[in-house]
Amino acid sequence: MTFQQPKLNTSPKVSDEVRQTTCYMCACRCGINVHMKDGKVAYIEGNRDHPVNKGVLCAKGSAGIMQVNAPSRLRAPLKRVGPRGSGEFEEITWDEALDIATGLLKPIRENNPEKLAFFTGRDQSQSFTGFWAQNFGTPNFAAHGGFCSVNMATAGIYTMGGAFWEFGQPDWDHTKLFMLFGVAEDHDSNPIKAGIGKIKARGAKVIGVNPVRSGYNAVADEWVGITPGSDGLFILSLVHELMKAGKIDLHYLAQYTNAPVLVDAETGLLMRDENGKELVIDRTTGKLTPFDQKGVQPDLSAQYRHAGTTHKTVMHLLAEKYLDPQYAPEAVAERTGVTADKIKTIAADLARVAFDEAFELDQEWTDFRGETHKTMTGRPVSMHAMRGISAHSNGFQTCRALHVLQIILGTVEVPGGFRFKPPYPKPYTAHPKPHCGVQPNSALDGPHLGFVQGPDDLMLKEDGSPARIDKAFTWENPMSAHGLMHMVISNAHAGDPYKIDTLFMYMANMSWNSSMNSGGVMQMLTDTDENGDYVIPNIIYSDAYSSEMVAYADLVLPDTTYLERHDCISLLDRPICEADAAADAIRWPVVEPDRDVRGFQTVLVQLANKLGMPGFTNKDGSAKYQDYADYIVNHQRKPGIGPLAGFRGENADQVGRGDVNPDQLDRYIENGGFFVEHIPDGANYYKPWNASYQDWAVGMGIYDAPEPYLFQLYSEPVRSFQRAAEGHGDRQPPEHLRDRLKAVMDPLPIWYPALEDNGVDLDEFPIHALTQRPMAMYHSWGTQNAWLRQLHGHNPLYLPTKLWEQHGFADGDWARVTSTHGEITVPVAHQAALNDNTVWTWNAIGKRKGTWALSEDAPESNKGFLLNHLIHELLPPKGDGLRWSNSDPITGQAAWFDLRVKIEKADAPAESQPAFAPIKSPVAQGPSELKWKVGK
Amino acid sequence: MTTLPTSTDRKLGLVIDLDTCVGCHACVISCKGWNTENYGAPLSDQRPYGTEPMGTFLNRVHSYEVQPEAGPAQTVHFPKSCLHCEDAPCVTVCPTGASYKRVEDGIVLVNEDSCIGCGLCAWACPYGARELDQAEGVMKKCTLCVDRIYNENLPEEDQIPSCVRTCPAGARHFGDLGDPNSDVSQLVDSRGGFDLMPEMGTKPVNKYLPPRLKDSWDDQSLLAPLLEPVAEEPKGFLSWLDKTLDKIPGGAS
Repeated sequence: MTFQQPKLNTSPKVSDEVRQTTCYMCACRCGINVHMKDGKVAYIEGNRDHPVNKGVLCAKGSAGIMQVNAPSRLRAPLKRVGPRGSGEFEEITWDEALDIATGLLKPIRENNPEKLAFFTGRDQSQSFTGFWAQNFGTPNFAAHGGFCSVNMATAGIYTMGGAFWEFGQPDWDHTKLFMLFGVAEDHDSNPIKAGIGKIKARGAKVIGVNPVRSGYNAVADEWVGITPGSDGLFILSLVHELMKAGKIDLHYLAQYTNAPVLVDAETGLLMRDENGKELVIDRTTGKLTPFDQKGVQPDLSAQYRHAGTTHKTVMHLLAEKYLDPQYAPEAVAERTGVTADKIKTIAADLARVAFDEAFELDQEWTDFRGETHKTMTGRPVSMHAMRGISAHSNGFQTCRALHVLQIILGTVEVPGGFRFKPPYPKPYTAHPKPHCGVQPNSALDGPHLGFVQGPDDLMLKEDGSPARIDKAFTWENPMSAHGLMHMVISNAHAGDPYKIDTLFMYMANMSWNSSMNSGGVMQMLTDTDENGDYVIPNIIYSDAYSSEMVAYADLVLPDTTYLERHDCISLLDRPICEADAAADAIRWPVVEPDRDVRGFQTVLVQLANKLGMPGFTNKDGSAKYQDYADYIVNHQRKPGIGPLAGFRGENADQVGRGDVNPDQLDRYIENGGFFVEHIPDGANYYKPWNASYQDWAVGMGIYDAPEPYLFQLYSEPVRSFQRAAEGHGDRQPPEHLRDRLKAVMDPLPIWYPALEDNGVDLDEFPIHALTQRPMAMYHSWGTQNAWLRQLHGHNPLYLPTKLWEQHGFADGDWARVTSTHGEITVPVAHQAALNDNTVWTWNAIGKRKGTWALSEDAPESNKGFLLNHLIHELLPPKGDGLRWSNSDPITGQAAWFDLRVKIEKADAPAESQPAFAPIKSPVAQGPSELKWKVGK
Repeated sequence: MTTLPTSTDRKLGLVIDLDTCVGCHACVISCKGWNTENYGAPLSDQRPYGTEPMGTFLNRVHSYEVQPEAGPAQTVHFPKSCLHCEDAPCVTVCPTGASYKRVEDGIVLVNEDSCIGCGLCAWACPYGARELDQAEGVMKKCTLCVDRIYNENLPEEDQIPSCVRTCPAGARHFGDLGDPNSDVSQLVDSRGGFDLMPEMGTKPVNKYLPPRLKDSWDDQSLLAPLLEPVAEEPKGFLSWLDKTLDKIPGGAS
């Protein structure tokens, strides 16, 4: 046939209109352009002007169209009519739903607000939901931080006044060596992918420390396939090597950290003057002086003799601790699975890049002591870490160890290093402390969550029992800044520390992938007492989709999907800032819901109004806010400070602090859905100590006054709990926790084996088992999307070559995987690029039959499975009758990754085990074919 | 059978960097989104909520493990779509002229109006880069976003394939591989870009950039010198510290 080229229209119309909003289907929070045709969503792409993603977009973001049309979307409020867990509901009106909820909540509020446990899961509006809970008056509020990465957040804030995750970033423009620890394929996902692409194009090196070589670790130039839970030991060995070689930044340590601060030899607390300022010896005068005086040269090597006692600097204690041979590479190699040579090589490379490749930015700046520096010294080593090091019972100290490593290299808040994003840096002392003062019919006496500074700040009742249902801020886990969501149902069921009346949850799939011990949680949610009443009397749940948790609620409040709602990604909460800019963003309804659903936050406003809650009610008794959008615009946390920092004031020209602007949301929409305020040149590095950054932050409303501070290599709050355990002070831990507190509450980072290891026969259960979410499905909030499930509809258990060969596995085989707690039988697959003693799978691919509008023969509910059945929220019983939480003993972080298992080959069952009975779906099953095209 | 043009004015194509592709599938889904709504019939999905869901994709990411002779196993993510070959066997095999290669830019397209869904082209393609849409019964393939790259309704910076625009890692590049001075040709030169399965003789326009050498630390001969200790014990360290502090500005003389 001869060649005939048809005529083609290469300029078709793309869309009628582009609406710009925020994706926020995961914690990445990218800006998106939603192309509309005939009022429908036709195509979604990244917003090029947006500070987070700069135009790019991940698979999940691009598949948003399948989220908005998902058959699993709940359609109307639901009232349970069958037994809990059956999925038998009737649709009701919103009036009826709000009446039922008010009928439950009003008497609780009038009599004993602690009988409400309000936990909000993967909440994207914690500043608002916390405000609601505070005004309701219950002490029992938290979001999902306790089972996510509170170790990372808390260790960062107590040590450096800021953490990894989305609260900081490598200096992508200058870094030459980027080291990732335990970062799965998720978390801050697009910026990290973009950053890796950018630095690799420059020839910078990427080191991946992770038992699993997928995702970012697949492109890492050097892979350290570490044994799970041993990162702290590996990091302290690097510290050992660097100190031994003198490859530490002495100027940085002396000027910006508490390394030169004197430690009182008798109390182990920092020596302070009468104003509470930490004391150092000035190397020029040899005299004792507060650290922040002009011209002071803090002496790292000083000793101070007073009244017959010699007090040493933190630097002395660091040397004594970390030069110990227990941290030598040879001593840690076996435990970490990293050879001594490799550890030494990494230490040498870190030192070479930090010191031999140091550079100067031609940028003058003035520090908090008033000294002006002509240049900014860059140390181009940057690090990032996430759940892999966080979700262990030694995670807090491991995260602290990592920060010590960053700090001794002088790489935090310097060019080429790790940088904070506003509102960080912010010292732990500038954060609120937790509150639990409950009075009937009143607001709580302050915010629920915060940063304790010592035993006096614990949330204990007068009899010493926990004030909160999750036992946060108790001796079991004193520094639990995000609460312990994973303990709420277990504790409420056990009536330990007390019974509750109503469990109210949002976006938390507790009867499935968001709980340890999912099967046990299902039982707790359906368990009845001797009268036949549910042990947890009432459950209200809000979700946008037909998740596994829906069936366990008595009342279901259907939420909107992400394109149908207002939100603010606020500086009061988890904003979209960059290291060079403060920024926040909104979501707005780019399409209206086609179902009888309401944004959950608006429902909370409506409930607050029905209950007449303070904070939501004017003096004349009228409602302050009609809905969430009204709150976003008109709420003021402090005078002039509201949820959104941009376009404040009558003329929309005030930034940070300013009057309410009734048209603020329209200005955001005109600006692409976000607002950016750049940090001035010269203020954008050395932020904790940089006078011009501090002044800028005060102007923005981030601080009320400049708050320069020292990095806390030695953590005084941690020491204060250890000291209490040694018998000092009025508030004393119970005896059964005393020895544990003495051991783990070390003011300098330490490593100890996972707590579960003490109760498990490691010869019988030698294998570590982990999970991660796939990049295309980062964060399991949202539905099993029609496009994405074609990429990740199966989750075999991946086995390393050693185990694969040892057990003689072949493709298509199944394995029985057993922990001390449970057993699963699941399909297996081989992965060579995996730590020898580790198995893993994709999290939350397994679904229960009858959920998410999937057919009952969907692979997710036949071959899919959860590792959660192997993990208990409690440690194995010790025979003392006590319920020991499977959490970090310092922060309460759920220790998901401490799991130990054994593996055997198994005959293929008909489906993955355990299998659960189907739930009756509250929504119709999805169509059998999709030909999705909204344009003509 | 259908004839190929003797030459094309340009050779538009993709350069895909295997060193930075993290296997996130962003390109896969962005492509699915754009091409479902745009060129030709939507990319359909069969059993989208059922067992063995199976839809049409123009671009897929495959993941492989590589075990080098020394050092740990490696993971390579390998995105694959039509390579817009110069000697495209999918075109010459087409019985109706539906498959064709454009003279102006070398893009290989299917004219869905003349496609009878016989599948010969998919059989002829050595790369498995064509998929027959089960709902429409026509052959689908990468269009290199021919309805974006010249589209005057898009801002100029967006006149690129959707997979390139969305790639978070910047692992996908688009340009004229027939112009030795183009950015993409330069990139191919500098990074040792290669053809996929050159032995098939199809002369693919798309190029791949190889992953850089990995795990050099596992080869002891390549190592930089290790650190020299200044002290073995805390006491020695503190004495080193004291001496060193005297030397830095502000130290006691």
